[in-house]
Amino acid sequence: MDSSLNAAASRVGSPTLNVKSCPCPALLAIIFSSMTRFCPKFLAALIAAFGHAAVLSAQETPLALTGAQLITISGETIEQGVFVVHRGKIVTVGPRGTAIPAGATTRDVTGKVIMPGLVDTHSHIGSPAAGDQSAPIQPDTRVLDAIDVRDASIQKAQAGGITTANIMPGSGHLISGQTLYLKLRDGNTIDDLLITNKAGRVAGGLKMANGTNSRRDPPFPGTRAKSAALVREKFVAAQDYRDKTARAKGDVEKLPARDLALETLVEVLEGQRVVHHHTHRHDDILTVLRLQKEFGFRVVLHHVSDAWKVPDEIAAAKAPCSIILLDSPGGKLEARDVDWKSGAVLEKAGVPVAFHTDDPVTDSRLFLRSAAFAVRAGMSRAGALRALTLTGAEMLELQAQLGSLEAGKDADFILLSGDPLSVYARVLETHVDGVKVFDRENEKDRLWATGGYGAGQPRAAHLCCFGTSEEAR
Amino acid sequence: MKIFTPHFAALVSLLAATAFAEDLAVQGETVHTMAGEAIRDGVVLIKDGKIQSIGPAATVKIPAGTRVLRAKVVTPGLIDAHTVVGFSGILNQPHDQEQLEKSAPLQPELRAIDSYNGRDPLVDYIRGFGVTTIHTGHGPGALISGQTMIVKTHPANLEQALLNPAAMTAATLGSGASADKGKAPGTASKAVAMLRAELIKTQDYIRKTKLAADKRPARDLHLEALARALDGQQPLLITVQRHHDILAALRLAAEFKLKIILDGVSDAALVLTDIKKSGFPVFLHPTMSRASGETENLSLETAAKLRQAGIPFAFQSGFESYVPKTRVVLFEAAVAAAHGLSQNEALAAITIDAAKLLGIQKRTGSLEAGKDADLALYDGDPFEYTTHCTGVIVSGVVTDVQPR
Repeated sequence: MDSSLNAAASRVGSPTLNVKSCPCPALLAIIFSSMTRFCPKFLAALIAAFGHAAVLSAQETPLALTGAQLITISGETIEQGVFVVHRGKIVTVGPRGTAIPAGATTRDVTGKVIMPGLVDTHSHIGSPAAGDQSAPIQPDTRVLDAIDVRDASIQKAQAGGITTANIMPGSGHLISGQTLYLKLRDGNTIDDLLITNKAGRVAGGLKMANGTNSRRDPPFPGTRAKSAALVREKFVAAQDYRDKTARAKGDVEKLPARDLALETLVEVLEGQRVVHHHTHRHDDILTVLRLQKEFGFRVVLHHVSDAWKVPDEIAAAKAPCSIILLDSPGGKLEARDVDWKSGAVLEKAGVPVAFHTDDPVTDSRLFLRSAAFAVRAGMSRAGALRALTLTGAEMLELQAQLGSLEAGKDADFILLSGDPLSVYARVLETHVDGVKVFDRENEKDRLWATGGYGAGQPRAAHLCCFGTSEEAR
Repeated sequence: MKIFTPHFAALVSLLAATAFAEDLAVQGETVHTMAGEAIRDGVVLIKDGKIQSIGPAATVKIPAGTRVLRAKVVTPGLIDAHTVVGFSGILNQPHDQEQLEKSAPLQPELRAIDSYNGRDPLVDYIRGFGVTTIHTGHGPGALISGQTMIVKTHPANLEQALLNPAAMTAATLGSGASADKGKAPGTASKAVAMLRAELIKTQDYIRKTKLAADKRPARDLHLEALARALDGQQPLLITVQRHHDILAALRLAAEFKLKIILDGVSDAALVLTDIKKSGFPVFLHPTMSRASGETENLSLETAAKLRQAGIPFAFQSGFESYVPKTRVVLFEAAVAAAHGLSQNEALAAITIDAAKLLGIQKRTGSLEAGKDADLALYDGDPFEYTTHCTGVIVSGVVTDVQPR
């Protein structure tokens, strides 16, 4: 993880930037332009460091929050605990009386609740798009190239306690493009929000869909069988591309011409990129599982309206489900039978369950409601809270760095006024990498939380490198 | 043996269709009557579909053999002040969408009762959370889309369930009224101009209908419907979101002495004084309505602001064009209760206050002797996400007992 951009971003308090995975000799640092040109990771680290210069002061001093209930997710809930973050990381999660580092700023938050920042496994905040209307399969398109980090929807998500989100392109394609896992930092550019995964690649998955959304006029498929056939054909091509590439053994003469679409699908075939598959109806769910078995990709099922009808099949395929809880069923044929009980049914079947907002389908500011409604319909409280955080992190392969309150993990957490499953509870603060990105006491932030005149306007540009983070916002 | 006589068959089918309005007693740890203080350990006695008596358990004797339903919290059946449930069907396919006729911008003659589907699954769905009465009909999206009606959510025959077959005329101002490209109205000004012209035409029609028989105009269903809004028989329900469009609606009301209800009103907080001065009530947008376009300024706190300003209002589930296909007025009130409105005020806005604004307070909206036996039962604070609705009674019929 040391090589990740995220690690670099969270280490901005450190005197030296961690760039050891970057093969550029330190000598070249003096030739700044070439450095940034040939070593994008160093550039990213610089952006992270100076783009978040405001972070530095906030991070140098440990922050201790005492007296709150700590819903750790990974362990027992601690009443009146001690919670300390420093330099973007959680350093202490303990009961009352646990030692607080010398020099820490201590805040008494007795009566409040602290839990991990929420992980939204499926969102459209930032108005992303990827594939266009020209073809049903476009794995070469990236949300990375089409997202507005100043969009009000991102601020509203922070106000709802969401700290990490999987930003997806739409479901009108069989394959609509590459998704992006973002940390909801207050960034100037998209680079400020990125996460770099273990392979050194920008973290994200691949969005796929079946059922009615991707059925359209040619060249889009007209039937479900055609949909599956088109997907299989493309994955077979990717297998061929992968094999040819392997056989070439690096010989430029023998390598197939570089194909961005197939290259992405090879990442999927090799398990380096998770498929996030929109699917509703029971038969469509089984089609996804059939394709998954044939090509061996890793998949998270999304929406899964009919999940409660086929829980055993989903469990047998070990396919995690990211589900949505809606105020009512319907609105489209495939969502006719969507039911709050899916969470409970899947949990009982042993299927990992996370929730998502599908924002703007449901409101990011009210993401906690999803868990509460799942509990209303029989899901365990612990399972539902995990489904908002750690289970979602697992689906995005980020569980090693976020999703629970544990020493060493990123300081992504929220401060709540009360029980997260209560309608009366409010998100008071949201912190990402130890930086407060939402504070209900702040007038501007409060507007994102409650709505009102101007709440739809994009976040204004700010001078990134001067002033405190409060002023910067 | 011939038991199955035609008469018997008719009786059976009648019973099957309407279910029984049986003698019932409902006992609640807390009974929110919405007509005075809540009653601790209260009992509601129900006979022939009406509330026979209500009071503390110590004073209301439950006759032997009466079916008793118990709950932690009992409220009046909830009222959705404005919805399109029964018109905008669950499947969202052309065959089940009846809320909007796009062929012309002004169609007040479209009656709600001619297309209401009381058996759409969404009617059952919202009833399952305690909603027993809905004001539903033609939706927003046209300058005048048609008529609305007030109906109970009981699946029985329409005649019995109907409280008012022609409650209001539904109008929309602002960009929400815009017709398809190239057709009028295309701007907010054009919408107002067209509506003014139509109302002037109606004034003329009303005048002429009072002339001697040989000079009266031929019957005109279109103008006849609008006339009901002009002569005060029916309120004109104006769906309007932006602050300047709200003012346009008030201007129109003043010019034609209309009785209007402001509906939606996302920007209400910006023109509170004007709304208050007009004296007109508000059917507030769903608290959790999506904020975009015309509704970008809506706020979770608007209900509290209306209350503070002393403007009468009720909650509605509104109109949803996609997923979710409807909202549940209970949840909308709940979120408002978490954002500045008191629990009692929020409950009033989906019971007695809504009943008063809809003119049905003599029938429903509170738990009082003589009123319809419309009740909702909960196993806790009705507004809490994790509370269940454990029973629903509509006109004395137990329609739901499966916890939801």
